[in-house]
Amino acid sequence: MDEKLARKLRVLADAAKYDASCASSGAPKRKAEKGGLGSTTGAGICHAYTPDGRCVSLLKILLTNYCLYDCAYCVNRRSSNVERARFTVDEVVSLTVNFYKRNYIEGLFLSSGIVRTPDHTMELLIEVAKKLRREHGFRGYIHLKTIPEASPWLVEQAGIWADRLSINVELPTPGSLKMLAPEKNAATIRGAMGQMRERIDEAKEEKRRFSPAGQSTQMIVGADDTRDADVLKTSASLYDGFRLKRVYYSAFSPIPEASAVLPLKAPPLRRENRLYQADWLFRYYGFAVEEIVAGGEGGMLDLSIDPKLAWALKHRERFPVDVNRADREMLLRVPGLGTRAVDKIIRARRHATLRLDDLARLTPGLKRARPFLVVPDHRPTRLLDRADLKARLVPQPTQMELFA
Amino acid sequence: MRRVRLSPGADLDGFRHSVRGLVAEGVPPDEAVFEAGEEAGLFGAPASEEEAPTLSLPRAVADLVRLVVCHADPERYALIYRLVWRVTHGERRLLEVGSDPLVHRLERMAKGVRRDIHKMHAFLRFREAERVGERERFVAWFEPEHHILEAAAPFFRDRFSGFDWSIHTPEASAHWNGERLIVGPGGRPEDAPDVDGFEEGWATYYASTFNPARANTRAMLNEMPKKYWRNMPETSLIPSMLAAAPQRVAAMVAAQPAEPRKRPPTRALRAMTDQEPKTLEDLNRIILASEPLVPGATRAVLGEGRIGSELAFVGEQPGDQEDIEGRPFVGPAGKLLTRALDDAGIPRAEAYVTNAVKHFKFEQRGKRRIHKKPTAGEVKHYRWWLMKELDLVHPRLTIALGATAALALAGKTVSVTKVRGPMGYVGLDGKERQGFVTVHPSFLLRLPDEAAKRREYDAFVADLHAAHELARDLAA
Repeated sequence: MDEKLARKLRVLADAAKYDASCASSGAPKRKAEKGGLGSTTGAGICHAYTPDGRCVSLLKILLTNYCLYDCAYCVNRRSSNVERARFTVDEVVSLTVNFYKRNYIEGLFLSSGIVRTPDHTMELLIEVAKKLRREHGFRGYIHLKTIPEASPWLVEQAGIWADRLSINVELPTPGSLKMLAPEKNAATIRGAMGQMRERIDEAKEEKRRFSPAGQSTQMIVGADDTRDADVLKTSASLYDGFRLKRVYYSAFSPIPEASAVLPLKAPPLRRENRLYQADWLFRYYGFAVEEIVAGGEGGMLDLSIDPKLAWALKHRERFPVDVNRADREMLLRVPGLGTRAVDKIIRARRHATLRLDDLARLTPGLKRARPFLVVPDHRPTRLLDRADLKARLVPQPTQMELFA
Repeated sequence: MRRVRLSPGADLDGFRHSVRGLVAEGVPPDEAVFEAGEEAGLFGAPASEEEAPTLSLPRAVADLVRLVVCHADPERYALIYRLVWRVTHGERRLLEVGSDPLVHRLERMAKGVRRDIHKMHAFLRFREAERVGERERFVAWFEPEHHILEAAAPFFRDRFSGFDWSIHTPEASAHWNGERLIVGPGGRPEDAPDVDGFEEGWATYYASTFNPARANTRAMLNEMPKKYWRNMPETSLIPSMLAAAPQRVAAMVAAQPAEPRKRPPTRALRAMTDQEPKTLEDLNRIILASEPLVPGATRAVLGEGRIGSELAFVGEQPGDQEDIEGRPFVGPAGKLLTRALDDAGIPRAEAYVTNAVKHFKFEQRGKRRIHKKPTAGEVKHYRWWLMKELDLVHPRLTIALGATAALALAGKTVSVTKVRGPMGYVGLDGKERQGFVTVHPSFLLRLPDEAAKRREYDAFVADLHAAHELARDLAA
């Protein structure tokens, strides 16, 4: 690869990495046409992991990091002195194809700074996707960032070529957005998300292809003073209102060329993690957002323990749970038991009465679940009454030595 | 004691064959020994020469067997046979009992195999090799943990159909030539080229996409254990990336917010928000340049008529004739509309005509192009353009011809028979506009008997007349 292109790749991958999503899931299964290139498996594949533990699935780059917007949290805002670069449409297409052929990636996640106008920028993004599909018969995964300020007909175009579309809500409240991202507007963003939801639903109903892997969004956490309760309420309303596949939470992390409005500190990674756990609880475990938030204090989740354990410790009267009798809903509330383990328990107990040894084979989380469970050979009543139960259950920090 | 000899690797066929025989002969698991690979030669005789009856196993068991035979554990066949025996001897739903030690063990083995296959799909890296003939050629070296090459190879065939490739592993190799997937003998790392022109670029990408403020090696190692690293070019950068991370973060935090070096791009900012098409020509240029949003479709057929026309007529979509000529309402339905306008006393010059959907949606059947009705979703793909178009033409009254046009105006399904006549609708700016709903002239063409045709034609002309009156009233 020549020097100039390598520089662009360095600058424009660096500029794109603050988008948390790299998912390549949800697309209908496709195979390459005879002589063609690319497939999707449905579940998505992570082709590498960087030392930040994040998955590298798609070639995640910006078309350009020149940008007319001035969002305080963003390294690419127009007032930042960061190094700039711009890919041509053909350069992105060729990089994608060549990386894909070597099995480095599942496809492309393309976004861009706003150049000239939102429409012009959106047209370029669409052009890349169209060229990949048309000229290279590319059937791999394409995720396009939608620019909410672009004309609505461009969204209609983007959905034909992309597997997934996304618009970042960026900040949990319209007020924060107004303050930190002057060119953006919460109502415009929600309008475009509503448009995408409608088209995605209709296409599914009519068995046509339009962003078949749905839409997702991202919220930055820790750049403003929104509490977890409001972050979670916002995401619950986004899941409900726009049928999002995912809301990504991105801990605001130090960036080069930081803005004076947002002093830098270590990213609140633990908080981000707790939010993801809470997100899972209300989507898959039957918890209401209010219940989850009540597990912490003052609208913030407890950072020292996961939100399910926090809830259980505040509702000890609901425990212990009889593994051989409890319904699915209650089993899902037991700390340490995931949805998979619960389903296995329900299947297995039809055939035999489960004892502690059996449970150890059904879930990797038995140690955490024990104080909350009853089986014929185990009854934890006394443990549940202990005042120091929380202290006993807080995981001890362990450090994994990489180059020992 | 019965000894069963199986080929090295994952010998699913051999195993299936012998298990059928063993079950048919009633050999319990404790009396069967399975030998795989080279050492198998020391013992004789396969379980049975004759084909025993097929076993009927639950689907989940068959799936589990297919995975576990790929496992590296020499005990795998004995364990599966134990499972098959129990399933065929009264415990048909055994797999539901995840707490059973045998089921638990086999499921973990299956999980290990599944993971190994998944990791091969993820972590294998091709290098470009010299061409043999016309086709591009790529070669990879990979070291799986289990006997998974044959199970993993179809994924690469489905994905990389357009070039030739070979995958070499220590115990076997797979080759694709555009037609067939061939399995060959094992090889060595040297079977793959030792460089590739894109590896440096890939490493550049890998290093740039890493956020030093979030270093988390535990998560990385969970998903990408070190055993895979040596065949992944990017992993050689990990030590230096991690070593530099704390300093990079400290430098970012310590840096004082800097004043922008460039002045704010005032003119560009003003121009940025000014992107709306301001004339019908602007909008039409956009429509012409855009991709059709319905299947079939060869070219966009734009609206026609004077800006500021008194009446705008919206049809469904261009038909065969319209698509050929590139003009709206020139086919049989268009001719009928012209006649009806005449009979209603509306000069054609006073009428702007366009369609809800700007492309001809059709299905090719032999030489004929069969008109396909656009779906609601497709009509909505085009709705933004129609609304903008009507705003720019700015008629006094918009007349929807038929259900598709009515749907396009209203933004939701509307029954023509029910709402026939004046209908308000909301434009993109949220303000109410005046519309009018009647039938599409093609409806008149399809009526079978003459009496109905005449009756409906008169009603259509009466509608046009009423619409014309309404438009005049709106002007007053």
